[in-house]
Amino acid sequence: MIFRRVTNWPSIYWRTPFGGELERLKRQMNLLSEGIFGGAYGGPSAGVFPLMNVTEDKENYYIRAELPGIKSEDLDISVTGDTLSIAGERKIPEEKGDVKYHRREREAGKFSRILNLPSQINTARVEAKCIDGMLSIVLPKAETAKEKQIVVKSS
Amino acid sequence: MADTENKALQSKEKVTLSTAAEQTKPGIVFTPAVDIFETEKELTLLADMPGVKSENLTIGLNKNVLTMSGEVATPEGENETEVLREYETGKYFREFTLSNEIDQTKIEAVLKDGVLRLILPKVEEITPRRIAVKTA
Repeated sequence: MIFRRVTNWPSIYWRTPFGGELERLKRQMNLLSEGIFGGAYGGPSAGVFPLMNVTEDKENYYIRAELPGIKSEDLDISVTGDTLSIAGERKIPEEKGDVKYHRREREAGKFSRILNLPSQINTARVEAKCIDGMLSIVLPKAETAKEKQIVVKSS
Repeated sequence: MADTENKALQSKEKVTLSTAAEQTKPGIVFTPAVDIFETEKELTLLADMPGVKSENLTIGLNKNVLTMSGEVATPEGENETEVLREYETGKYFREFTLSNEIDQTKIEAVLKDGVLRLILPKVEEITPRRIAVKTA
């Protein structure tokens, strides 16, 4: 199942020349089509949790995900080469005593996700932290994957 | 919640707020997912607000309208370029009309790991008293 998720990884979500607003629209369209075609359309976020934002600078990749109420001990993050895998469980403890629910919108459950990064990473120096329910992982790029400035010599 | 123990968690697109009143600041406003439950003494509200710090959270109770609003600072650094974007960050806002009389002086709010827990104690007089019915 994990393998399927890897190969299923959507190339359509990677950066395109369009602006942010158009990207957002495209994403919503994708979600909509998933709803219509029952996920058979091959949309990426069918069953995928958590949603992730990835950014980069010269040195690192930064991955961010929203994981409210998830304790760091319930999170399992590992990296190999150019893949990051994240698994965990969101627990919502049962309320004690005689409680009457008015609304129940928050969900609990297990999750796992594998993300392929565009290039190799230095797995030894990966750092992750979870603050205010926001997970952020810093993945330094491997030396071989870093951009190199090439000096053009003039004779 | 035994039924959800082995359930796989699915991601959902965050719900954006649509109200008649526009926000003065531009940006997206989301409505946080909440659990609300009641006991004889109090009303408890749990809201998922990832990325909100306690200093950026405002809770107000005006007559019987409870308002929660939380600002999320942009987590991305200045020199970062976007590679993949699956979710947006913005403000959280939600309002509820409470049917119970709440003791405003005893409201308790705790924000931990992006989850707000708001305890709204009911006013003493409202606490229902059991009336024993005697059979003659």
